[in-house]
Amino acid sequence: MKAAIIVFPGTNRERDMAIALERVTGRKPAMLWHRDTALPQGLDLVVLPGGFSYGDYLRCGAMAAQSPLMAEVKAFAARGGHVLGVCNGFQMLCEAGLLPGALLKNASLRFLAMDCTMRVERADTVYTRGYQQGQEFKATMAHGDGNYFCDAETLARLEGERLVSLRYSGANRNGSINAIAGILSPNLRVMGMMPHPENCVDPLVGGEDGLPMFQGLAESFLTAA
Amino acid sequence: MELLPADRASQLAAQFGLKPDEFERALAILGRQPTLTELGIFSVMWSEHCSYKSSRVWLKQLPTKAPWVIQGPGENAGVIDIGEGLAAVFKMESHNHPSFIEPYSGAATGVGGILRDVFTMGARPVANLNALRFGDPKLPRTRRILDGVVRGIGGYGNCVGVPTVGGEVNFHPAYNGNPLVNAMTVGIAPADRIFTAAASGVGNPVVYVGSKTGRDGIHGATMSSAEFDKDSEEKRPTVQIGDPFAEKLLIEACLELMATDAIVAIQDMGAAGLTSSGVEMAGKGGMGVELVLDDVPQREEGMSAYEMMLSESQERMLLILKPGREAVAEAIFHKWELDFAVIGHLTDTGRIVIRHKGQIEADILLAPLESEAPLYHRPTEETPKQPPLPPVADPVGIIPALKTLVASPDLCSRRWIWDQYDAQVGGQTSKRPGQADAAVVRVEGKRRALAMTTDCTPRYVVADPEAGGAQAVAEAWRNITATGALPLAITDNMNFGNPEKPRIMGQFAAAVRGMAAACTALDFPVVSGNVSLYNETEGQPILPTPAIGGVGVIEDLANAVGLSMPAKAELVLIGATAGHLGQSIWLRDIAGQEAGPPPPVDLAAERRNGDFVRAQILAGKVLACHDLSDGGLLVALAEMAMASGIGAVISASGDHGFWFGEDQARYILAVPDAAALLAEAQAAGVPAQKLGVSGGESLELDRIGSISVAELTDAHESALPKLMEGI
Repeated sequence: MKAAIIVFPGTNRERDMAIALERVTGRKPAMLWHRDTALPQGLDLVVLPGGFSYGDYLRCGAMAAQSPLMAEVKAFAARGGHVLGVCNGFQMLCEAGLLPGALLKNASLRFLAMDCTMRVERADTVYTRGYQQGQEFKATMAHGDGNYFCDAETLARLEGERLVSLRYSGANRNGSINAIAGILSPNLRVMGMMPHPENCVDPLVGGEDGLPMFQGLAESFLTAA
Repeated sequence: MELLPADRASQLAAQFGLKPDEFERALAILGRQPTLTELGIFSVMWSEHCSYKSSRVWLKQLPTKAPWVIQGPGENAGVIDIGEGLAAVFKMESHNHPSFIEPYSGAATGVGGILRDVFTMGARPVANLNALRFGDPKLPRTRRILDGVVRGIGGYGNCVGVPTVGGEVNFHPAYNGNPLVNAMTVGIAPADRIFTAAASGVGNPVVYVGSKTGRDGIHGATMSSAEFDKDSEEKRPTVQIGDPFAEKLLIEACLELMATDAIVAIQDMGAAGLTSSGVEMAGKGGMGVELVLDDVPQREEGMSAYEMMLSESQERMLLILKPGREAVAEAIFHKWELDFAVIGHLTDTGRIVIRHKGQIEADILLAPLESEAPLYHRPTEETPKQPPLPPVADPVGIIPALKTLVASPDLCSRRWIWDQYDAQVGGQTSKRPGQADAAVVRVEGKRRALAMTTDCTPRYVVADPEAGGAQAVAEAWRNITATGALPLAITDNMNFGNPEKPRIMGQFAAAVRGMAAACTALDFPVVSGNVSLYNETEGQPILPTPAIGGVGVIEDLANAVGLSMPAKAELVLIGATAGHLGQSIWLRDIAGQEAGPPPPVDLAAERRNGDFVRAQILAGKVLACHDLSDGGLLVALAEMAMASGIGAVISASGDHGFWFGEDQARYILAVPDAAALLAEAQAAGVPAQKLGVSGGESLELDRIGSISVAELTDAHESALPKLMEGI
């Protein structure tokens, strides 16, 4: 698998994501700076990692969505490329229009940092094939704005077309509509999720519940490696 | 130069907090009247906060050396060797005064400041901890301050992407008008690439990087060196505003530059801003420095030299570069969208010369600014020993007392707080709050991990400052030991009242004596620290609070243990139990007394018991370990049970002193085979007794009663959320 992680000013989980990807592929992903103007050739996966891009001083992800390299990411997605956005990356995907809806302030109006459990709503994507349909797994959440919201029409479409990939199965602490934790683009190649599977890839540090996601990705792109 | 008229100068000196004799001394150094900027420089450099003028004579008693100490006190942070060519860089620092005036910004900038102290030395910050003290939790103001402080710590730490992995919180009415916010950062650096502040090389450029300078925080260091009165909230403009986003950029930019060979010296602009960084860098290197303030990046128009030299705007650093490396450095800082400006150069004059708008605004010989700085041997008065505690009857019974204690402000779950701190960012956090006695964070890419804790028991310190000082160090050592790690060194954050009062200075001196004895006995030297005095409001001092931040290393993270009660284990108590109730939480919260001497600290027993426990853990013979501290044996058992939801059947028995006494040097070990452990303990001369076995859903005490773990957990977890809602 040839993966690239895009680093914005204020991104802070790019190292965590690189560790998780290297764990399953044995190779370091490319780290791209947001001012770069082109993606490397032959990429299988672009990851928009977590953090506080531009300090979250405007809406979370809004500034990053306008950065030079994001235009390339949009083009990559339009060509059928795979893009994973985690936490702030999910917020960027929504702000960039690659996924519908928005991430609002948590219902409690507080930053939430704890483990959460999610249920895999469909296991037939490159992101979720490492899990079983209906399987629950744990990941870390750490966000102030993870309360997924969209209008009724969009929600009906997401649910009707089975584009909700992950749903909080325990407490829905941030107040997301329909307990949505992760959603997919119609072609199933762009996924955004709030919790951090990259912090759960090691038995001694956070457990290995997130590992199947990365193993599934590595298997999906094995031939391309 | 525009010198102040004599009467105006002496009037301003008093306003800036310079004592008359200190002002006279400044005049003698100058040999003339000062400019406004010079007077500002003298007053902040000689403030308690920057000069340690009341505490230095005592701090010298602390042991600071060990073979693994790379850098002791005196630099931005302490540095210890943690093996494999790596060093841990750490320090704890107070932001008490600002956090009272403006809780969110005060706490946030406290975190920002201590982060800079650590990455200034070339370390990537890997963990934040804190030690917080608040007033009576029933007061709405306490809740407002706690809420703001927690949001501020989280707001800053979460954004910069450094996990907040541990800390402690106490409540006591003595902190009503003066909360304590002590923030600690631990970073990791290559042991042979430590950066320091000592400038060298005549002509080398002095470079300003980071955020722009504004008018915030002017005279913050002076404010932090005075008592509070009723009008303290009017001092809000002296509190700085933090920008964690700028800090994150600054961390990455500095670390990127440090990977080149462009830097001669580097220092963050913390308290007293450009003044202290300029003075200290040149002073430490025995150099002179000339600064042109017109070139300082400014956020506001029309700033004077005085304002720029005293501003405490955040997220700024001062660098001395090697000649000709300006372009390399500038490119890095511009990549990270930060200001970069050459604002001066080093000279061989031994003077700091400040130019602004074609005028000389300051011209001071540096050596006497440090060597002639005030140093006080303030009078001390010993705290009288507490009379022995007469026998105290148990007013409520063992189980009801336990249920009350696990829900008491000092012992209830801190989940409401931790849940606002990102403890996982970085992907190396193995033991989070509540999972072990110390936070455990792996060194990225290695098997080894750091164990870190903050500790102090202020009610012990006020009752017996010497024993309390020793206990704080011993508890930090014990908490690290309980994970299996080897404790290596501490940072100390000395929070006390007004040092001009002999009783307060006596507390300080005795606490240092106790700490020094414990550091020596436990091979646990002090490598960095901070002193915060004048923690008084309207004459009421805080409890003396020498907060200790400890760091240890475990060579293989796989050997580290937590405190969760295992499903099937035998429970052994290590250490002698005399049933000491003096100054215990039980005595205060159940019997309604704050009385008696605190538990005695037997440092030889601490060392022996702790070394034994650590060896057992590292030999793989221990499933879980928890040290005994606040609340004693039964609270510790309950904490283990609540961590996993698994109960225990306890056959050992005794009176309320046995269950709730706070005798030191004790641990509970959960092991597969108690008999084997008891035999080894006996051979090692370590007191040990079998308590019972784990299992079931209740904590069952033979002939006393039982309580379900679920009921305990409910009381424990619901207490702080209810307090915060004012219920």
